Amino acid sequence: MTAPSSTPASGPATLPGSADRSGDAPLLDVRGVRKAFGDHVVLDGVDLAVDAHRCVVLIGASGSGKSTLLRTVDLLEEVDDGVILLEGDDITDPRRDADADRARMGMVFQSFNLFPHMRVLDNVTLASRLVHRVPRRAAQERAREMLERVGLADRAGAFPDELSGGQQQRVAIARSLVHSPRLLLLDEVTSALDPELVGEVLDLLGELKAEGMTMVVATHEMGFARHVADEVCFLHAGRVHERGTPEQVLGSPRQPRTQEFLRRITGAGRA
Amino acid sequence: MTRPGWTPSPVQVDRLAYRRRQSVRSTAVAVASTAAVVAVAVLVLTSSPGWPRVRQSFLDPQVALESVPRVLEGLWLNVRIMVVAAVVILVVALALAIARTLRGPVFFPLRAAATAYVDIFRGLPLILVLLLVGFGLPGLRLQGIPTSAVVLGGLALVLTYSAYVAEVFRAGIESVHPSQVAAARSLGLSRGQTMRTVVLPQAVRRVVPPLLNDLVSLQKDSGLISILGAIDAVRAAQISTAQYANFTPYVVAGVLFVLLTIPLTRLTDALARRGGWAGATSGLAGAGELR
Ligand SMILES: Nc1ncnc2c1ncn2[C@@H]1O[C@H](COP(=O)(O)OP(=O)(O)OP(=O)(O)O)[C@@H](O)[C@H]1O
Ligand SMILES: [Mg+2]
Repeated sequence: MTAPSSTPASGPATLPGSADRSGDAPLLDVRGVRKAFGDHVVLDGVDLAVDAHRCVVLIGASGSGKSTLLRTVDLLEEVDDGVILLEGDDITDPRRDADADRARMGMVFQSFNLFPHMRVLDNVTLASRLVHRVPRRAAQERAREMLERVGLADRAGAFPDELSGGQQQRVAIARSLVHSPRLLLLDEVTSALDPELVGEVLDLLGELKAEGMTMVVATHEMGFARHVADEVCFLHAGRVHERGTPEQVLGSPRQPRTQEFLRRITGAGRA
Repeated sequence: MTRPGWTPSPVQVDRLAYRRRQSVRSTAVAVASTAAVVAVAVLVLTSSPGWPRVRQSFLDPQVALESVPRVLEGLWLNVRIMVVAAVVILVVALALAIARTLRGPVFFPLRAAATAYVDIFRGLPLILVLLLVGFGLPGLRLQGIPTSAVVLGGLALVLTYSAYVAEVFRAGIESVHPSQVAAARSLGLSRGQTMRTVVLPQAVRRVVPPLLNDLVSLQKDSGLISILGAIDAVRAAQISTAQYANFTPYVVAGVLFVLLTIPLTRLTDALARRGGWAGATSGLAGAGELR
């Protein structure tokens, strides 16, 4: 059971190049990020700060830009304006090595996006071997540890389409954790799963949070938001429209838009 | 198929009996209709007024037997050209396909050159490329340019087929969902690493059936290099034809070419079915398993 990232016990002082360099600065700092597709402005000046070991949940209507925000943070989309700081480094700076910055973060997708032509073990070791230049044996050892961590050590030799959806998503999480990311980005990682499989993935995320992983999670699972999140951000009209603790945002939202959104999704049968 | 404790219900017994009757009936119909078609074809052919002369000049068993070794020798050249050309084509085509997917202004010249190449050589009839390369290149009298008809013919095949096969590869590359690229890049893989380890392996797997299809076609078109004077199967047949004053060697060459391509065609079908790609299944399989 190795913690994928710094556990609180290990302390910031022992982490190379971590937050202590910039004092109490947040691990992730999104400032005024703007992103449009053609004329369609999706992010219109988003500010979002995430401290180390915290879990921030993004909620908002379909099309409100949750995925786009996560993708811009992971440098899978280029921002039109604004900056994104990761541990104090401006990762939107075009002079920086984006591949190296992406390798500092882990991302898990709604549709798993496992590589179908590779066995589970190879899916998990790919980045270690190519990006981090870990020798094969060591990479496989590490990958087996990660698979053990997500409870799938016995499926290392399977191909992704031989696994259930929940198992595939757990492999995807193992894959994103294998190189000890500083930050984990999760985009509706349970919404492609059957209800009975949602639990196994959410439990895993809860454990990661308890181990000190820093996470930004887009989700429609209000139960997860309530129990695991330190902060909930409601995205609307390209901005963070309302933010606060889960009790505050989900329990007694101040903004009429937030109230309306929550009423709609609880009305649609979500608790 | 009876498990202990299970006897088929009367409905199931009735269904099985019906299916058995049906399958006997359809086999009978298939055999009868095939026999009828063949009989009519043979009848029409043999009763046509010119049949005795055609049989004599195209289907002379004696000439056929005597020309086989020579045509086979020619066919061996076709096979060798085909194999060498296929390897070169796969490499060139893959490079062209990748060049066409490169993004960014730095790669514009490469991308434009690859696009122009594909446009030109897909549009040019193979026979023109053969003539231009076969007679034009040596005409330049440049140092180091080969003059052998085999090499020039092979070059023409490579030039034309690379354009087609590049398009097959490109279609494969574009069929890989962008989310696969996103997943690879999010792990920190570079553009090139993503192409090599994630996109290409999936793309190539998907295009194996159309690639084999092009290979069959290449095997057949290798016969065209005979116009440059290389002694391949077609040319050998031509020589024998002149020698015997009889066209039978052409028929021999045709039969040998077909025999050569059938295994590849069947392999293509088999792979296509296994890959769940229905476009290449031959009519023999019928209309499908579903009722
Ligand atoms: N590559 C793209 N090109 C054009 N438009 C895009 C692209 N990606 C996203 N969009 C648009 O941006 C808007 C925000 O999309 P996004 O996927 O971020 O929403 P979301 O909040 O994640 O929604 P959902 O809850 O349905 O996942 C949508 O209107 C979408 O159509
Ligand atoms: Mg989304």
